[in-house]
Amino acid sequence: MAGNSRKRASARLYYLLLLLPFAALWVPFYNRLDPTLAGIPFFYWVQMAWIALTVLVIYIVHRCENRDGGGL
Amino acid sequence: MSKPLDVVAITVFAVLFGLVTILGFVAARWRRGDLSQLHEWGLGGRRFGTIVSWFLLGGDLYTAYTFVALPALLFGAGATGFFAVPYSIIVWPLLFVMFPRLWSVSHKKGYVTAADFVRGRFGSHALATAVAVTGIIATMPYIALQLVGIEVVIAALGLHLSVSVAGHTIELPLLIAFAILAAYTYSSGLRAPAMIAVVKDILIYGTVLAVIIVIPVQLGGYAHIFASVDPHKLILSADPFANPGQISYATLALGSALALFLYPHSVTGILSSSSREVIKRNAVAMPAYAFALALISLMGFMAISAGVKAMPEYAEGFKAFGPNYAVPALLLHSFPSWMVGVAFAAIGIGALVPAAIMSIASANLFTRNIYKEYFNPGCSNAQESRVAKIVSLIVKAGGLIVILGFPQTYAIVLQLLGGIWISQTLPAVMLGLYTRWLHPWALLLGWAAGIGAGTWMASTLSFKSATYVLHIFGAAIPCYAAVSALALNLAVSVVMSVFFNGAAGRARSDETVAADYV
Repeated sequence: MAGNSRKRASARLYYLLLLLPFAALWVPFYNRLDPTLAGIPFFYWVQMAWIALTVLVIYIVHRCENRDGGGL
Repeated sequence: MSKPLDVVAITVFAVLFGLVTILGFVAARWRRGDLSQLHEWGLGGRRFGTIVSWFLLGGDLYTAYTFVALPALLFGAGATGFFAVPYSIIVWPLLFVMFPRLWSVSHKKGYVTAADFVRGRFGSHALATAVAVTGIIATMPYIALQLVGIEVVIAALGLHLSVSVAGHTIELPLLIAFAILAAYTYSSGLRAPAMIAVVKDILIYGTVLAVIIVIPVQLGGYAHIFASVDPHKLILSADPFANPGQISYATLALGSALALFLYPHSVTGILSSSSREVIKRNAVAMPAYAFALALISLMGFMAISAGVKAMPEYAEGFKAFGPNYAVPALLLHSFPSWMVGVAFAAIGIGALVPAAIMSIASANLFTRNIYKEYFNPGCSNAQESRVAKIVSLIVKAGGLIVILGFPQTYAIVLQLLGGIWISQTLPAVMLGLYTRWLHPWALLLGWAAGIGAGTWMASTLSFKSATYVLHIFGAAIPCYAAVSALALNLAVSVVMSVFFNGAAGRARSDETVAADYV
Protein backbone atom coordinates (compact mmCIF):
# COMPACT_ATOMS: atom_id res chain seq x y z
CA MET A 1 0.00 0.00 0.00
CA ALA A 2 3.02 2.29 0.16
CA GLY A 3 2.57 3.66 -3.34
CA ASN A 4 3.89 6.89 -4.81
CA SER A 5 0.60 8.60 -4.06
CA ARG A 6 1.29 8.20 -0.35
CA LYS A 7 1.69 11.53 1.34
CA ARG A 8 4.60 12.08 3.63
CA ALA A 9 3.78 12.04 7.34
CA SER A 10 5.02 15.60 7.74
CA ALA A 11 2.38 16.82 5.28
CA ARG A 12 -0.42 15.37 7.35
CA LEU A 13 -1.29 18.24 9.61
CA TYR A 14 -4.75 16.81 10.26
CA TYR A 15 -3.19 14.44 12.80
CA LEU A 16 -2.98 17.47 15.09
CA LEU A 17 -6.77 17.27 15.37
CA LEU A 18 -6.28 14.18 17.50
CA LEU A 19 -4.91 16.43 20.26
CA LEU A 20 -8.33 18.04 20.66
CA PRO A 21 -9.85 15.22 22.78
CA PHE A 22 -6.96 15.66 25.25
CA ALA A 23 -8.36 19.08 26.16
CA ALA A 24 -10.74 17.03 28.34
CA LEU A 25 -7.81 16.81 30.77
CA TRP A 26 -7.90 20.60 31.34
CA VAL A 27 -10.34 20.48 34.27
CA PRO A 28 -10.64 24.26 35.02
CA PHE A 29 -12.33 24.60 31.65
CA TYR A 30 -15.45 22.73 32.79
CA ASN A 31 -15.32 22.68 36.56
CA ARG A 32 -18.50 24.66 37.16
CA LEU A 33 -22.26 24.13 37.47
CA ASP A 34 -23.68 26.71 35.03
CA PRO A 35 -24.99 26.85 32.40
CA THR A 36 -27.00 23.69 32.87
CA LEU A 37 -28.49 21.74 29.97
CA ALA A 38 -31.85 20.01 30.54
CA GLY A 39 -31.15 20.17 34.26
CA ILE A 40 -27.67 18.62 33.91
CA PRO A 41 -24.81 20.77 35.31
CA PHE A 42 -22.11 22.07 32.94
CA PHE A 43 -19.45 19.76 34.43
CA TYR A 44 -21.38 16.68 33.30
CA TRP A 45 -22.91 17.64 29.97
CA VAL A 46 -19.75 19.24 28.59
CA GLN A 47 -17.73 16.10 29.21
CA MET A 48 -20.47 14.05 27.57
CA ALA A 49 -20.52 16.42 24.60
CA TRP A 50 -16.73 16.01 24.41
CA ILE A 51 -17.33 12.33 23.64
CA ALA A 52 -19.31 13.30 20.54
CA LEU A 53 -16.55 15.71 19.52
CA THR A 54 -13.99 12.92 19.90
CA VAL A 55 -15.97 10.65 17.60
CA LEU A 56 -16.13 13.42 15.01
CA VAL A 57 -12.41 14.18 15.21
CA ILE A 58 -11.30 10.57 14.87
CA TYR A 59 -13.78 10.04 12.04
CA ILE A 60 -12.39 13.01 10.09
CA VAL A 61 -8.78 11.95 10.59
CA HIS A 62 -9.62 8.42 9.53
CA ARG A 63 -11.27 9.67 6.33
CA CYS A 64 -8.31 11.91 5.50
CA GLU A 65 -5.88 9.11 6.21
CA ASN A 66 -7.61 6.69 3.87
CA ARG A 67 -7.69 9.38 1.20
CA ASP A 68 -3.92 9.73 1.55
CA GLY A 69 -3.32 6.02 1.12
CA GLY A 70 -3.36 4.51 4.60
CA GLY A 71 -2.13 5.06 8.12
CA LEU A 72 1.29 5.57 9.58
CA MET B 1 -32.83 -12.18 54.24
CA SER B 2 -36.41 -11.70 55.30
CA LYS B 3 -37.93 -10.37 52.08
CA PRO B 4 -39.61 -12.95 49.82
CA LEU B 5 -37.78 -14.16 46.73
CA ASP B 6 -38.64 -12.31 43.55
CA VAL B 7 -39.49 -15.29 41.36
CA VAL B 8 -39.98 -13.31 38.15
CA ALA B 9 -36.63 -11.50 38.40
CA ILE B 10 -34.80 -14.71 39.27
CA THR B 11 -36.41 -16.60 36.39
CA VAL B 12 -35.52 -13.92 33.82
CA PHE B 13 -31.98 -13.80 35.20
CA ALA B 14 -31.61 -17.60 35.07
CA VAL B 15 -33.04 -17.92 31.56
CA LEU B 16 -30.66 -15.28 30.18
CA PHE B 17 -27.74 -16.91 31.94
CA GLY B 18 -28.76 -20.27 30.44
CA LEU B 19 -28.91 -18.70 26.99
CA VAL B 20 -25.37 -17.33 27.13
CA THR B 21 -24.11 -20.65 28.49
CA ILE B 22 -25.42 -22.42 25.40
CA LEU B 23 -23.93 -19.67 23.21
CA GLY B 24 -20.58 -20.12 24.94
CA PHE B 25 -20.36 -23.75 23.92
CA VAL B 26 -21.84 -23.26 20.44
CA ALA B 27 -19.17 -20.59 19.83
CA ALA B 28 -16.54 -23.31 19.38
CA ARG B 29 -18.12 -24.10 16.00
CA TRP B 30 -18.38 -20.46 14.92
CA ARG B 31 -16.03 -19.58 12.03
CA ARG B 32 -14.52 -22.90 12.75
CA GLY B 33 -10.80 -23.09 13.23
CA ASP B 34 -8.36 -25.64 14.58
CA LEU B 35 -8.64 -24.94 18.31
CA SER B 36 -5.44 -26.85 18.97
CA GLN B 37 -3.54 -23.80 17.65
CA LEU B 38 -2.89 -21.02 20.17
CA HIS B 39 -3.82 -18.21 17.79
CA GLU B 40 -7.12 -19.97 17.05
CA TRP B 41 -8.04 -20.67 20.68
CA GLY B 42 -6.48 -17.55 22.19
CA LEU B 43 -7.07 -14.97 19.44
CA GLY B 44 -10.13 -16.35 17.66
CA GLY B 45 -7.97 -16.99 14.59
CA ARG B 46 -7.37 -13.21 14.18
CA ARG B 47 -10.57 -13.14 12.17
CA PHE B 48 -12.93 -10.74 13.97
CA GLY B 49 -14.33 -7.98 11.77
CA THR B 50 -15.40 -4.47 12.75
CA ILE B 51 -18.72 -5.37 14.35
CA VAL B 52 -17.61 -8.41 16.34
CA SER B 53 -14.49 -6.52 17.49
CA TRP B 54 -16.66 -3.62 18.58
CA PHE B 55 -18.72 -5.89 20.81
CA LEU B 56 -15.67 -7.80 22.01
CA LEU B 57 -13.68 -4.68 22.94
CA GLY B 58 -16.75 -3.15 24.54
CA GLY B 59 -17.32 -6.26 26.61
CA ASP B 60 -13.64 -6.39 27.39
CA LEU B 61 -13.11 -2.82 28.56
CA TYR B 62 -16.44 -1.80 30.06
CA THR B 63 -16.83 -4.52 32.64
CA ALA B 64 -19.38 -5.45 35.29
CA TYR B 65 -17.15 -3.97 37.91
CA THR B 66 -17.25 -0.69 35.99
CA PHE B 67 -21.03 -0.76 35.98
CA VAL B 68 -21.13 -1.36 39.72
CA ALA B 69 -18.10 0.58 40.98
CA LEU B 70 -18.26 3.83 38.98
CA PRO B 71 -21.79 4.77 40.02
CA ALA B 72 -20.73 3.72 43.52
CA LEU B 73 -17.92 6.26 43.33
CA LEU B 74 -20.30 9.08 42.33
CA PHE B 75 -22.72 7.86 45.00
CA GLY B 76 -20.04 8.05 47.68
CA ALA B 77 -17.50 10.64 46.56
CA GLY B 78 -19.32 12.73 43.96
CA ALA B 79 -17.83 14.49 40.91
CA THR B 80 -14.39 12.90 41.25
CA GLY B 81 -15.87 9.56 40.15
CA PHE B 82 -16.70 11.05 36.75
CA PHE B 83 -12.97 10.90 35.79
CA ALA B 84 -13.89 7.74 33.90
CA VAL B 85 -15.41 9.94 31.20
CA PRO B 86 -12.30 11.94 30.21
CA TYR B 87 -10.43 8.65 30.59
CA SER B 88 -12.80 7.08 28.07
CA ILE B 89 -12.35 10.08 25.77
CA ILE B 90 -8.57 10.23 25.46
CA VAL B 91 -8.11 6.50 25.17
CA TRP B 92 -9.53 6.39 21.62
CA PRO B 93 -7.08 8.74 19.86
CA LEU B 94 -4.32 6.68 21.52
CA LEU B 95 -5.84 3.47 20.17
CA PHE B 96 -6.23 5.01 16.71
CA VAL B 97 -2.64 6.16 16.39
CA MET B 98 -0.59 3.54 18.20
CA PHE B 99 -2.23 0.17 18.20
CA PRO B 100 -2.65 -0.51 14.49
CA ARG B 101 1.16 -0.65 14.57
CA LEU B 102 1.08 -3.36 17.23
CA TRP B 103 -1.50 -5.27 15.18
CA SER B 104 0.61 -5.08 12.00
CA VAL B 105 3.86 -6.20 13.55
CA SER B 106 2.12 -8.99 15.50
CA HIS B 107 0.34 -10.19 12.40
CA LYS B 108 3.56 -10.31 10.39
CA LYS B 109 5.63 -11.97 13.11
CA GLY B 110 2.97 -14.21 14.69
CA TYR B 111 3.04 -12.45 18.06
CA VAL B 112 0.21 -13.40 20.42
CA THR B 113 1.13 -11.17 23.38
CA ALA B 114 2.76 -7.80 24.07
CA ALA B 115 5.69 -9.67 25.63
CA ASP B 116 6.20 -11.54 22.32
CA PHE B 117 6.59 -8.16 20.65
CA VAL B 118 9.00 -6.83 23.28
CA ARG B 119 11.15 -9.94 22.95
CA GLY B 120 11.27 -9.61 19.18
CA ARG B 121 11.86 -5.87 19.17
CA PHE B 122 14.53 -5.65 21.85
CA GLY B 123 15.91 -9.19 21.75
CA SER B 124 15.74 -9.34 25.53
CA HIS B 125 14.31 -12.35 27.35
CA ALA B 126 14.50 -10.60 30.71
CA LEU B 127 12.51 -7.58 29.54
CA ALA B 128 9.89 -9.79 27.84
CA THR B 129 9.54 -11.84 31.02
CA ALA B 130 9.10 -8.66 33.09
CA VAL B 131 6.31 -7.53 30.74
CA ALA B 132 4.63 -10.97 30.85
CA VAL B 133 4.79 -11.35 34.64
CA THR B 134 3.51 -7.80 35.18
CA GLY B 135 0.59 -8.55 32.87
CA ILE B 136 -0.36 -11.79 34.61
CA ILE B 137 -0.15 -10.32 38.10
CA ALA B 138 -2.09 -7.19 37.16
CA THR B 139 -4.87 -9.26 35.58
CA MET B 140 -5.54 -11.67 38.45
CA PRO B 141 -7.26 -9.19 40.82
CA TYR B 142 -9.15 -7.76 37.84
CA ILE B 143 -10.73 -11.19 37.31
CA ALA B 144 -11.52 -11.32 41.02
CA LEU B 145 -13.36 -8.01 40.78
CA GLN B 146 -15.52 -9.34 37.97
CA LEU B 147 -16.64 -12.08 40.34
CA VAL B 148 -17.52 -9.34 42.86
CA GLY B 149 -19.83 -7.90 40.19
CA ILE B 150 -21.66 -11.23 39.92
CA GLU B 151 -21.68 -11.63 43.70
CA VAL B 152 -23.40 -8.27 44.20
CA VAL B 153 -26.25 -8.97 41.78
CA ILE B 154 -26.77 -12.51 43.05
CA ALA B 155 -27.03 -11.17 46.59
CA ALA B 156 -29.41 -8.44 45.41
CA LEU B 157 -31.66 -11.10 43.87
CA GLY B 158 -31.88 -12.54 47.37
CA LEU B 159 -30.44 -15.90 46.37
CA HIS B 160 -28.79 -17.32 49.43
CA LEU B 161 -27.69 -20.83 48.74
CA SER B 162 -24.33 -21.44 50.29
CA VAL B 163 -22.21 -24.48 50.87
CA SER B 164 -19.31 -24.78 53.23
CA VAL B 165 -16.02 -25.98 51.83
CA ALA B 166 -12.93 -26.25 54.00
CA GLY B 167 -14.26 -23.71 56.45
CA HIS B 168 -15.21 -21.16 53.76
CA THR B 169 -18.78 -20.30 52.96
CA ILE B 170 -19.25 -20.32 49.21
CA GLU B 171 -22.26 -18.88 47.47
CA LEU B 172 -23.55 -21.66 45.24
CA PRO B 173 -24.79 -19.42 42.37
CA LEU B 174 -21.35 -17.77 42.19
CA LEU B 175 -19.72 -21.19 42.05
CA ILE B 176 -22.07 -22.32 39.28
CA ALA B 177 -21.50 -19.15 37.22
CA PHE B 178 -17.78 -19.64 37.68
CA ALA B 179 -17.86 -23.30 36.62
CA ILE B 180 -19.87 -22.47 33.48
CA LEU B 181 -17.45 -19.69 32.59
CA ALA B 182 -14.45 -21.96 33.05
CA ALA B 183 -15.96 -24.75 30.96
CA TYR B 184 -16.87 -22.78 27.87
CA THR B 185 -13.69 -20.72 27.90
CA TYR B 186 -11.76 -23.98 27.99
CA SER B 187 -13.67 -25.46 25.08
CA SER B 188 -14.28 -22.42 22.84
CA GLY B 189 -11.47 -19.96 23.64
CA LEU B 190 -11.89 -16.32 22.61
CA ARG B 191 -14.84 -17.14 20.36
CA ALA B 192 -17.06 -17.64 23.43
CA PRO B 193 -16.75 -14.16 24.97
CA ALA B 194 -16.94 -12.60 21.48
CA MET B 195 -20.32 -14.20 20.89
CA ILE B 196 -21.64 -13.60 24.40
CA ALA B 197 -20.54 -9.95 24.25
CA VAL B 198 -23.22 -9.33 21.63
CA VAL B 199 -25.99 -10.52 23.98
CA LYS B 200 -24.48 -8.65 26.90
CA ASP B 201 -24.47 -5.38 24.98
CA ILE B 202 -28.05 -5.69 23.85
CA LEU B 203 -29.00 -6.15 27.51
CA ILE B 204 -26.75 -3.30 28.70
CA TYR B 205 -27.95 -0.77 26.13
CA GLY B 206 -31.56 -1.80 26.80
CA THR B 207 -31.01 -1.28 30.51
CA VAL B 208 -29.30 2.09 30.03
CA LEU B 209 -32.13 3.27 27.81
CA ALA B 210 -34.70 2.19 30.40
CA VAL B 211 -32.70 3.86 33.18
CA ILE B 212 -32.43 7.25 31.50
CA ILE B 213 -36.13 7.27 30.59
CA VAL B 214 -37.87 5.62 33.54
CA ILE B 215 -35.86 6.76 36.56
CA PRO B 216 -35.64 10.53 35.88
CA VAL B 217 -39.42 10.57 35.36
CA GLN B 218 -39.92 8.84 38.72
CA LEU B 219 -37.51 11.25 40.41
CA GLY B 220 -38.94 14.41 38.85
CA GLY B 221 -36.34 15.18 36.18
CA TYR B 222 -32.57 15.64 35.99
CA ALA B 223 -32.62 19.07 37.65
CA HIS B 224 -34.24 17.49 40.68
CA ILE B 225 -31.76 14.58 40.70
CA PHE B 226 -28.74 16.91 40.73
CA ALA B 227 -30.42 19.20 43.27
CA SER B 228 -30.60 16.34 45.77
CA VAL B 229 -26.80 15.90 45.71
CA ASP B 230 -24.62 17.87 48.13
CA PRO B 231 -23.49 20.89 46.00
CA HIS B 232 -19.88 20.43 47.19
CA LYS B 233 -19.88 16.99 45.60
CA LEU B 234 -21.29 18.13 42.26
CA ILE B 235 -18.05 19.71 41.05
CA LEU B 236 -14.43 19.48 42.08
CA SER B 237 -12.89 21.87 44.59
CA ALA B 238 -11.92 25.28 43.22
CA ASP B 239 -8.60 25.00 45.07
CA PRO B 240 -6.27 23.57 42.39
CA PHE B 241 -4.22 21.63 44.94
CA ALA B 242 -7.18 20.05 46.75
CA ASN B 243 -7.13 16.29 47.23
CA PRO B 244 -9.20 14.85 45.67
CA GLY B 245 -9.34 17.73 43.25
CA GLN B 246 -8.70 18.81 39.71
CA ILE B 247 -5.15 17.48 39.43
CA SER B 248 -6.02 14.06 40.81
CA TYR B 249 -9.03 13.99 38.45
CA ALA B 250 -6.90 14.74 35.37
CA THR B 251 -4.03 12.43 36.31
CA LEU B 252 -6.42 9.57 37.13
CA ALA B 253 -7.97 9.98 33.68
CA LEU B 254 -4.58 10.19 31.95
CA GLY B 255 -3.00 7.31 33.87
CA SER B 256 -5.99 5.02 33.40
CA ALA B 257 -6.09 5.77 29.67
CA LEU B 258 -2.38 5.08 29.23
CA ALA B 259 -2.71 1.82 31.17
CA LEU B 260 -5.83 0.51 29.43
CA PHE B 261 -4.28 -0.88 26.27
CA LEU B 262 -1.28 -2.27 28.12
CA TYR B 263 -3.51 -4.76 29.95
CA PRO B 264 -3.20 -8.23 28.43
CA HIS B 265 -6.94 -8.55 27.83
CA SER B 266 -6.94 -5.34 25.77
CA VAL B 267 -4.00 -6.56 23.69
CA THR B 268 -5.82 -9.85 23.12
CA GLY B 269 -8.90 -7.92 21.98
CA ILE B 270 -6.83 -5.82 19.56
CA LEU B 271 -4.82 -8.69 18.10
CA SER B 272 -7.96 -10.74 17.42
CA SER B 273 -9.07 -8.13 14.84
CA SER B 274 -8.91 -9.18 11.21
CA SER B 275 -7.10 -6.04 10.02
CA ARG B 276 -5.64 -2.72 11.16
CA GLU B 277 -8.58 -1.02 9.48
CA VAL B 278 -10.88 -2.83 11.95
CA ILE B 279 -8.97 -1.22 14.84
CA LYS B 280 -9.18 2.23 13.26
CA ARG B 281 -12.90 1.93 12.61
CA ASN B 282 -13.39 0.83 16.19
CA ALA B 283 -11.49 3.84 17.48
CA VAL B 284 -14.22 5.86 15.78
CA ALA B 285 -17.12 3.71 17.00
CA MET B 286 -16.02 2.75 20.53
CA PRO B 287 -16.81 6.11 22.19
CA ALA B 288 -20.47 5.03 22.04
CA TYR B 289 -19.57 2.98 25.09
CA ALA B 290 -18.10 6.06 26.74
CA PHE B 291 -21.48 7.69 26.41
CA ALA B 292 -23.24 4.71 27.98
CA LEU B 293 -20.61 4.76 30.71
CA ALA B 294 -21.33 8.42 31.51
CA LEU B 295 -25.04 7.69 31.80
CA ILE B 296 -24.40 4.63 33.95
CA SER B 297 -22.14 6.69 36.25
CA LEU B 298 -24.97 9.15 36.80
CA MET B 299 -26.97 6.29 38.34
CA GLY B 300 -24.92 7.02 41.46
CA PHE B 301 -26.65 10.41 41.76
CA MET B 302 -30.00 8.84 40.91
CA ALA B 303 -29.49 6.46 43.83
CA ILE B 304 -28.84 9.44 46.13
CA SER B 305 -31.93 11.19 44.85
CA ALA B 306 -34.11 8.08 45.26
CA GLY B 307 -32.87 7.79 48.83
CA VAL B 308 -32.24 4.03 48.65
CA LYS B 309 -29.59 4.14 51.34
CA ALA B 310 -32.10 4.99 54.06
CA MET B 311 -34.58 2.31 53.04
CA PRO B 312 -34.65 -0.61 55.49
CA GLU B 313 -35.08 -3.27 52.76
CA TYR B 314 -31.63 -2.42 51.33
CA ALA B 315 -29.81 -1.97 54.65
CA GLU B 316 -28.42 -5.49 54.60
CA GLY B 317 -27.05 -5.09 51.06
CA PHE B 318 -25.35 -1.77 51.87
CA LYS B 319 -23.88 -3.33 54.99
CA ALA B 320 -22.39 -6.20 52.98
CA PHE B 321 -21.23 -4.32 49.84
CA GLY B 322 -21.07 -0.63 50.80
CA PRO B 323 -21.59 1.89 47.98
CA ASN B 324 -21.28 -0.97 45.45
CA TYR B 325 -24.86 -1.82 46.39
CA ALA B 326 -26.16 1.57 45.15
CA VAL B 327 -26.92 0.43 41.58
CA PRO B 328 -28.62 -2.87 42.49
CA ALA B 329 -30.69 -1.07 45.15
CA LEU B 330 -31.70 1.65 42.69
CA LEU B 331 -32.76 -0.91 40.08
CA LEU B 332 -34.73 -2.95 42.63
CA HIS B 333 -36.41 0.21 43.84
CA SER B 334 -37.28 1.65 40.41
CA PHE B 335 -37.91 -1.25 38.03
CA PRO B 336 -40.59 -3.93 37.77
CA SER B 337 -39.37 -7.48 38.47
CA TRP B 338 -38.77 -8.59 34.90
CA MET B 339 -36.66 -5.52 34.17
CA VAL B 340 -34.67 -6.12 37.33
CA GLY B 341 -33.99 -9.62 35.98
CA VAL B 342 -32.79 -8.22 32.64
CA ALA B 343 -30.63 -5.52 34.23
CA PHE B 344 -29.00 -7.89 36.71
CA ALA B 345 -28.39 -10.43 33.95
CA ALA B 346 -26.71 -7.63 31.97
CA ILE B 347 -24.35 -6.94 34.87
CA GLY B 348 -23.74 -10.63 35.56
CA ILE B 349 -23.04 -11.47 31.93
CA GLY B 350 -21.03 -8.27 31.74
CA ALA B 351 -18.73 -9.93 34.28
CA LEU B 352 -18.42 -13.21 32.39
CA VAL B 353 -17.19 -11.65 29.14
CA PRO B 354 -14.14 -9.79 30.49
CA ALA B 355 -13.36 -12.57 32.98
CA ALA B 356 -13.15 -15.00 30.06
CA ILE B 357 -10.96 -12.67 27.97
CA MET B 358 -8.71 -11.87 30.93
CA SER B 359 -8.12 -15.53 31.72
CA ILE B 360 -7.39 -16.25 28.05
CA ALA B 361 -4.97 -13.32 27.86
CA SER B 362 -3.11 -14.45 30.98
CA ALA B 363 -3.01 -17.99 29.63
CA ASN B 364 -1.51 -16.72 26.36
CA LEU B 365 1.16 -14.82 28.29
CA PHE B 366 2.07 -17.73 30.52
CA THR B 367 2.20 -20.21 27.68
CA ARG B 368 4.14 -18.09 25.20
CA ASN B 369 6.44 -16.12 27.45
CA ILE B 370 7.07 -18.40 30.42
CA TYR B 371 6.26 -22.03 29.54
CA LYS B 372 7.62 -22.01 26.00
CA GLU B 373 10.42 -19.63 26.88
CA TYR B 374 11.81 -21.45 29.91
CA PHE B 375 10.28 -24.91 30.28
CA ASN B 376 9.60 -26.38 26.88
CA PRO B 377 11.11 -24.33 24.04
CA GLY B 378 10.46 -27.09 21.51
CA CYS B 379 6.78 -27.58 22.33
CA SER B 380 4.37 -28.31 19.48
CA ASN B 381 1.47 -26.03 18.57
CA ALA B 382 -1.00 -28.52 20.05
CA GLN B 383 0.95 -28.67 23.32
CA GLU B 384 1.06 -24.89 23.43
CA SER B 385 -2.70 -24.65 23.03
CA ARG B 386 -3.33 -27.38 25.64
CA VAL B 387 -1.16 -25.63 28.24
CA ALA B 388 -3.00 -22.34 27.59
CA LYS B 389 -6.39 -24.00 28.13
CA ILE B 390 -5.30 -25.48 31.45
CA VAL B 391 -3.70 -22.22 32.59
CA SER B 392 -6.94 -20.36 31.83
CA LEU B 393 -8.60 -22.60 34.43
CA ILE B 394 -5.85 -22.02 36.98
CA VAL B 395 -6.04 -18.25 36.54
CA LYS B 396 -9.80 -18.25 37.12
CA ALA B 397 -9.39 -20.45 40.18
CA GLY B 398 -6.86 -17.88 41.42
CA GLY B 399 -9.46 -15.13 41.00
CA LEU B 400 -12.00 -17.20 42.90
CA ILE B 401 -9.56 -17.81 45.74
CA VAL B 402 -8.84 -14.08 46.00
CA ILE B 403 -12.58 -13.46 46.40
CA LEU B 404 -13.31 -16.31 48.79
CA GLY B 405 -10.13 -16.32 50.81
CA PHE B 406 -9.57 -12.64 51.42
CA PRO B 407 -11.73 -9.67 52.34
CA GLN B 408 -13.11 -7.85 49.30
CA THR B 409 -10.98 -4.81 50.01
CA TYR B 410 -7.96 -6.98 49.26
CA ALA B 411 -9.05 -7.48 45.64
CA ILE B 412 -9.63 -3.74 45.27
CA VAL B 413 -6.17 -2.97 46.64
CA LEU B 414 -4.59 -5.47 44.28
CA GLN B 415 -6.46 -4.01 41.33
CA LEU B 416 -5.28 -0.53 42.28
CA LEU B 417 -1.70 -1.79 42.44
CA GLY B 418 -2.25 -3.67 39.18
CA GLY B 419 -3.04 -0.39 37.42
CA ILE B 420 0.17 1.17 38.74
CA TRP B 421 2.24 -1.86 37.78
CA ILE B 422 0.87 -2.41 34.27
CA SER B 423 1.58 1.27 33.45
CA GLN B 424 5.27 0.55 33.93
CA THR B 425 5.31 -1.58 30.77
CA LEU B 426 4.48 1.51 28.68
CA PRO B 427 8.03 2.49 27.66
CA ALA B 428 8.84 -1.01 26.36
CA VAL B 429 5.51 -1.66 24.64
CA MET B 430 4.17 1.70 23.43
CA LEU B 431 7.43 3.54 22.81
CA GLY B 432 8.84 0.30 21.42
CA LEU B 433 6.32 0.59 18.60
CA TYR B 434 8.17 3.70 17.42
CA THR B 435 11.79 3.36 18.42
CA ARG B 436 14.36 0.85 19.55
CA TRP B 437 16.67 3.58 20.73
CA LEU B 438 15.78 2.76 24.34
CA HIS B 439 18.13 0.07 25.60
CA PRO B 440 16.52 -3.11 27.01
CA TRP B 441 18.59 -2.95 30.21
CA ALA B 442 17.60 0.69 30.67
CA LEU B 443 13.95 -0.24 30.11
CA LEU B 444 14.28 -3.00 32.68
CA LEU B 445 15.80 -0.60 35.23
CA GLY B 446 13.09 1.96 34.49
CA TRP B 447 10.42 -0.72 34.92
CA ALA B 448 11.90 -1.77 38.27
CA ALA B 449 12.13 1.85 39.44
CA GLY B 450 8.51 2.51 38.42
CA ILE B 451 7.17 -0.63 40.10
CA GLY B 452 9.19 0.06 43.25
CA ALA B 453 8.22 3.73 43.51
CA GLY B 454 4.56 3.04 42.64
CA THR B 455 4.25 0.29 45.23
CA TRP B 456 5.98 2.42 47.83
CA MET B 457 3.65 5.38 47.17
CA ALA B 458 0.59 3.13 47.46
CA SER B 459 1.93 1.61 50.68
CA THR B 460 2.34 5.04 52.30
CA LEU B 461 -1.36 5.53 51.57
CA SER B 462 -2.06 2.18 53.30
CA PHE B 463 -3.22 0.91 49.88
CA LYS B 464 -6.47 2.81 50.35
CA SER B 465 -5.97 5.40 47.62
CA ALA B 466 -3.88 5.76 44.48
CA THR B 467 -3.48 9.53 44.72
CA TYR B 468 -0.07 10.31 46.20
CA VAL B 469 0.75 13.89 47.14
CA LEU B 470 4.03 14.97 45.53
CA HIS B 471 5.91 17.87 47.11
CA ILE B 472 7.58 19.82 44.33
CA PHE B 473 9.06 23.28 44.93
CA GLY B 474 6.88 23.72 47.99
CA ALA B 475 3.63 22.86 46.21
CA ALA B 476 1.65 19.81 47.30
CA ILE B 477 0.42 18.12 44.12
CA PRO B 478 -2.00 15.19 44.42
CA CYS B 479 -1.11 12.94 41.47
CA TYR B 480 -2.23 9.43 40.47
CA ALA B 481 0.70 7.22 41.54
CA ALA B 482 0.74 5.38 38.19
CA VAL B 483 1.54 8.67 36.44
CA SER B 484 4.29 9.81 38.79
CA ALA B 485 5.83 6.32 38.83
CA LEU B 486 5.72 6.29 35.04
CA ALA B 487 7.48 9.66 34.88
CA LEU B 488 10.29 8.23 37.00
CA ASN B 489 10.34 5.10 34.85
CA LEU B 490 10.68 7.17 31.65
CA ALA B 491 13.43 9.32 33.15
CA VAL B 492 15.44 6.27 34.23
CA SER B 493 14.87 4.56 30.85
CA VAL B 494 16.12 7.55 28.89
CA VAL B 495 19.12 8.41 31.08
CA MET B 496 20.30 4.82 31.32
CA SER B 497 19.80 4.32 27.56
CA VAL B 498 22.24 7.17 26.91
CA PHE B 499 24.67 5.37 29.18
CA PHE B 500 24.22 1.83 27.82
CA ASN B 501 24.05 2.87 24.17
CA GLY B 502 27.28 4.79 24.62
CA ALA B 503 29.02 2.00 26.49
CA ALA B 504 27.99 -1.12 24.63
CA GLY B 505 27.74 -0.03 21.02
CA ARG B 506 24.60 -0.84 19.06
CA ALA B 507 24.98 -4.55 18.39
CA ARG B 508 21.44 -5.42 19.46
CA SER B 509 19.06 -7.72 17.72
CA ASP B 510 15.72 -6.50 16.38
CA GLU B 511 13.79 -9.04 14.33
CA THR B 512 11.35 -6.39 13.10
CA VAL B 513 11.82 -3.81 10.34
CA ALA B 514 10.05 -0.49 9.76
CA ALA B 515 7.77 -1.98 7.09
CA ASP B 516 6.35 -4.47 9.63
CA TYR B 517 4.53 -1.69 11.46
CA VAL B 518 2.38 -0.24 8.69
